[in-house]
Amino acid sequence: MSGSKAFVEGLKRENVDIMFGVTGGALLPICDELWGSDLRFVMARHEQGAAHMADGYARALGRVGVCLATSGPGATNLVTGIATANIDSSPVVAFTGQVPLSLVGTDAFQEVDIIGISASATKYNIQVRSPSEIPLAIKSAFHIASTGRQGAVLVDIPKDCQIDVEDIEFPDEVSFRGYKVNLEPNPREMDWAATLLSKARRPVIMAGGGVISSNASAEVIKIADMLMAPVVTSLMGKGTVPSDHPLFAGLCGMHGTGEANLLVSDADILLVVGARFSDRTTARLEDFGRGAKVIHIDIDRSEVDKNVETVTRVIGDAKLALQGIIERLAKLSYEPRANGDWIKKMNKFKKQYTPPERPNNPHMRAPAIMKALRKVLPRNALVTTEVGQNQMWAALYFDAYAPRTFFTSGGLGTMGWGFPAAIGAKAARPDVPVVDIAGDGSFAMTENSLATAVEENLPVIVVVLNNRMLGMVAQWQRFFYGRRYMAVKLGEYPDFVKLAEAYGAVGVRPETIGEFEKAVQTAMDDNLTTVIDVPIDPEENVFPMVPPGKGLRDLMVEA
Amino acid sequence: MLPLNTIAFLVENKAGVLFNVSNMFRRRGFNIESISVGAVEDPQVARMTVSVYADSKELNQIVLQLEKMVDVIKVKRLDPMRSIMREMVLIKLDTVDPMAREETLRHVNAYHGLILHIDPESLIAEVTGEPEAIDEFISKTRPIGIEEISRTGVTALEKGNLKLER
Ligand SMILES: Cc1ncc(C[n+]2csc(CCOP(=O)(O)OP(=O)(O)O)c2C)c(N)n1
Ligand SMILES: [Mg+2]
Repeated sequence: MSGSKAFVEGLKRENVDIMFGVTGGALLPICDELWGSDLRFVMARHEQGAAHMADGYARALGRVGVCLATSGPGATNLVTGIATANIDSSPVVAFTGQVPLSLVGTDAFQEVDIIGISASATKYNIQVRSPSEIPLAIKSAFHIASTGRQGAVLVDIPKDCQIDVEDIEFPDEVSFRGYKVNLEPNPREMDWAATLLSKARRPVIMAGGGVISSNASAEVIKIADMLMAPVVTSLMGKGTVPSDHPLFAGLCGMHGTGEANLLVSDADILLVVGARFSDRTTARLEDFGRGAKVIHIDIDRSEVDKNVETVTRVIGDAKLALQGIIERLAKLSYEPRANGDWIKKMNKFKKQYTPPERPNNPHMRAPAIMKALRKVLPRNALVTTEVGQNQMWAALYFDAYAPRTFFTSGGLGTMGWGFPAAIGAKAARPDVPVVDIAGDGSFAMTENSLATAVEENLPVIVVVLNNRMLGMVAQWQRFFYGRRYMAVKLGEYPDFVKLAEAYGAVGVRPETIGEFEKAVQTAMDDNLTTVIDVPIDPEENVFPMVPPGKGLRDLMVEA
Repeated sequence: MLPLNTIAFLVENKAGVLFNVSNMFRRRGFNIESISVGAVEDPQVARMTVSVYADSKELNQIVLQLEKMVDVIKVKRLDPMRSIMREMVLIKLDTVDPMAREETLRHVNAYHGLILHIDPESLIAEVTGEPEAIDEFISKTRPIGIEEISRTGVTALEKGNLKLER
């Protein structure tokens, strides 16, 4: 069998039915094999988009997303997408074509060393050296991408390995001497964690993306209820606890809610689940949870004590760890009602900050747009964001009610991620509306994905919070650089309505919140790719904000 | 200055693994003082020894980051009290002057080294020992005139029944 046949068969054995990609010379044999197969190939217009689509698909389903690119520039174009998926622990497998083995290393036409280039941007990568290696490479890639702390894996397939015919066997299993996934947490670590928690007076739970990966939301809510502990999330953890849960205190971090940041700062025990203490979440490290004993649950041992010192840790699957702790806690005598004052404090904090009304400003306000969007969308709609102010407004003011409904590029902050990721999410969940909450700058980076959305019938709604600015950068310039707006003004073009129309999508520009709600409703009803261009005040800031170098407590709520 | 630590680990003996290991050190800003690689009994496995300046927190991260790598099989920080550490140096000294030659022989003998090659102008010696001893030997021969030097980097084994087992 040829390498290409082995490739297609290998993917089928991993239950792949869709992939996102851009073809080219070094992928021709594989693409020819895909002709007539029942695998769906979604054509992106840029490989970055293809990788983000695979990433969005993966996050929406919790299953591996697949993307493809040709050698050379195709492969380098993928890199942003792979790095974005990997740092957010999203299971993506990327395949790249490569020049024939005989030319590898000769600087041949469209040869890049994608193995070297992607080494720091992937969890693992493999270059195939013969057709018979393809099945094992695929099996390994899917196994590594989807187990343990999930991530991106790249498989590079030289063209001759796609063409040549060899005897090929398909392994049922892979094993690596150096890669063992240990899901089972250590009982003693769980004992210790439960004991500490039982003594907490001011407990706070911080839920990160790992809670979503391990499907542990129910356990987080359960333990929060048992302890009467407020729950804050990292950006990646948004959705783990429904926003309308009484113990939910919102996002923690540089653009965290007042209550989340203050609660974390005042806690005596901090139970951190599947989060990695990124600098955007902790703000000034020295001040982070200073009075708190930190208990860290994570599947990735190298994250423990990397940034924040813990008193105890539980290494393993978050769901199993929480179940174990809950079981132990139930047997211990403790008095959660003693936390009554703590809950009162949370509720007081919650009231402290609500964004001020500005009755004389003619512009629609971003927080109001987020609330209106929430009102129109069903609870199970999927939302992605771009990067910048739009992302933070979405994180702060758009309520998420369930895991795997809110997706954002948290680790890399990749502008242009949200739109193709939304298309990937739509491919995964055609049954629900999918919305990209965008900024004008970010949308411009991957707006060519409109072609894919329209041509491939993957209708998504893009809400462009259009400030004609690289708004988040401008906000920093306002606060810290004397309003010198260097390289942030985007000018009058493009006209996003016309742009949408040029691609065969629908474009609308609402002028009131009412019109905006109607536009969203229509887009859902018609199930058409729609760009809703919402003009907003270029000077609007995202608040609260912890200025760089400051601790979580030092949050600004106005300019 | 940060203490020098030695870490030994087993890796898959295949292309790209050395790159991945050194890339991880570079990316995370850990400074490799020396690295040595070689075959072991199992042809599919290679053993690496890295010495690195690091405080205990950093050292912990290095071990964990190595353990996390798919192609790294087993990692161990070596306790200097319970390990034998050795390094070898090849050194070429300027020995035109007969006095220099005599002095060289004296130092090489003192460090239980070997003279491997003698030319009219120079001589190549081999010395094996603990890395500190090699440092010492080199600084003692420096006044003679070092033409060229090549060190292997540290390699190490634990004493008794301690082992880097899989
Ligand atoms: C690919 C990429 N380039 C540059 C940046 C730096 N950056 C962060 S936010 C931002 C502005 C984003 O502008 P826009 O999408 O309009 O969002 P806004 O902040 O205006 O809502 C920039 C340039 C980035 N995050 N990603
Ligand atoms: Mg903008």
